[in-house]
Amino acid sequence: MNFVGLLHSLGPLSIAGLAQGAIYALFALGYTLVYGVLRLINFAHSEVFLMGAYAALNVWGLFSLNQNSATPATVVVIGLLMLGLVAAIIASGATALVVELVAYRPLRRRNAPPLAFLITAIGASLVISEATGVFTHRSITGVPPLIRPADVVTFGNLHITNLQVLIIVLALVMMFGLDRFINTTRLGRGIRAVAQNPDSAALMGVNKNRVISLVFLLGGLMAGVAAVMYVLKIGTVKFDAGFDLGIVAFTAAVLGGIGNLRGALLGGLLLGVVENYAAEVFGTEYRRVIVFVLLIGVLMFLPTGLLGESLGKARA
Amino acid sequence: MLLEIDNITLLYGRIQALHGISLEVDQGEIVALIGANGAGKTTTMRAVSGLRPIASGAIRFAGQDITRMRPDLRVVRGISQSPEGRGIFPGMTVLENLEMGAYTRRDGAAIRQDLDRVFGLFPRLRERMRQPGGTLSGGEQQMLAVGRALMSRPKLMLLDEPSMGLAPMLIQQIFSIITEINQQGTTILLVEQNAQQALSRAHRAYVLETGQIVKSGTGSELLHDPAVKDAYLGVA
Repeated sequence: MNFVGLLHSLGPLSIAGLAQGAIYALFALGYTLVYGVLRLINFAHSEVFLMGAYAALNVWGLFSLNQNSATPATVVVIGLLMLGLVAAIIASGATALVVELVAYRPLRRRNAPPLAFLITAIGASLVISEATGVFTHRSITGVPPLIRPADVVTFGNLHITNLQVLIIVLALVMMFGLDRFINTTRLGRGIRAVAQNPDSAALMGVNKNRVISLVFLLGGLMAGVAAVMYVLKIGTVKFDAGFDLGIVAFTAAVLGGIGNLRGALLGGLLLGVVENYAAEVFGTEYRRVIVFVLLIGVLMFLPTGLLGESLGKARA
Repeated sequence: MLLEIDNITLLYGRIQALHGISLEVDQGEIVALIGANGAGKTTTMRAVSGLRPIASGAIRFAGQDITRMRPDLRVVRGISQSPEGRGIFPGMTVLENLEMGAYTRRDGAAIRQDLDRVFGLFPRLRERMRQPGGTLSGGEQQMLAVGRALMSRPKLMLLDEPSMGLAPMLIQQIFSIITEINQQGTTILLVEQNAQQALSRAHRAYVLETGQIVKSGTGSELLHDPAVKDAYLGVA
């Protein structure tokens, strides 16, 4: 165990953890939004993320960019990032909507029990990730080096890179926007109404299916952004990347309090940081062990997560 | 007729909750639906709002068949409901709850007028405007539910047990407000356990027993009907 190393590198480990955590947090929002409104764990959300990642890669591929390309000029990079984000958001949003229409809505219409939704959720997730596996021959795809890591802040042994700044700032902007949307707009109020009391929401004239579609779309949008940040950070994508990261993102949502948007932010950032500390202290192979020990520990004392459930707020 | 319920039946799984209910509400009326627990009063209300699909029969509103219409579109046509148990959004403030009542409307200025009207009827709600709905007392929540149902400017307002759990003085108050709302032009279909109050305020009433209508008449007719007195008014 290397506690000295942790103390020595506390700054860099925290910053790297926050960047990783920002991705978890954005990813986690999709789980938490859908859960808040439908009391459903959308396991296929991991593939919503995956489709975003591949969409960005494919758009960059159109410009004949791959992992061996040179980093283009800054103006071009900004344009490519924008295009990648748009493509990822569209792909993720569309995937989320299709999953809801195909895997969940028909069951809702027939008043299916919760277990049926759980199975179609897992089914939809497997279908998309395995189909991607077949299509990509289960191989790893490299990401063009759009952003050459460079330090923008140096302070002692603390180096903050341009990519870390981009990831954290973009994530915070997206979260702030989502938070404002949910809390101040008419549609946002409709979402909260369905989360808090679906029958009453219908009596107020809220179209429940439209709210549900909107929630899937918003979750997809966030996952699309998370996917672009992820591929830039990790540099590769594989068909099971969504599953791998999705487990942690889902954990972040539960840790913060599933159904609670700010909980997803807190849970995501916390998990990213703790994972990084744990990797330093116990070794990389222990990081998931520590993450889940933390989750179980927190749930024993705070069964509804760190911030509790707020979107639904004690459903009457 | 503003509302016509034509021989509807409704099933909860294999249990039949409504066995062919027919009733009518005319423009400008207060119509009461009384009956014991489990008679099907709330189920009838849910069917009119479209929260529960009916198995057979028809529901017409303002001459239009709404039997299969989505609940949100029924609100747009002019049906609102203050549901059993009040159905407050606990995490929203009183003001947000009232704004939810106007969810289908886009006429901002008129919405503000209606807010003032609701605050005029229930001054207590203005005091509690910024407080989450979940922190209100039962009586305040009831006022909020009724006020919220007004915010869509309904043609027909469904009130399910507006006196439930209220102190006697508040019961009086809520019924006079219901009468006032009616006199201002809103038609009302009212479900009540408090048959005494309901029958004395209603123009007409129906008595429900085990999913069927067993009696109907004007409010005062039923108020003086020996069988109704015996079963629902607690006096022989």
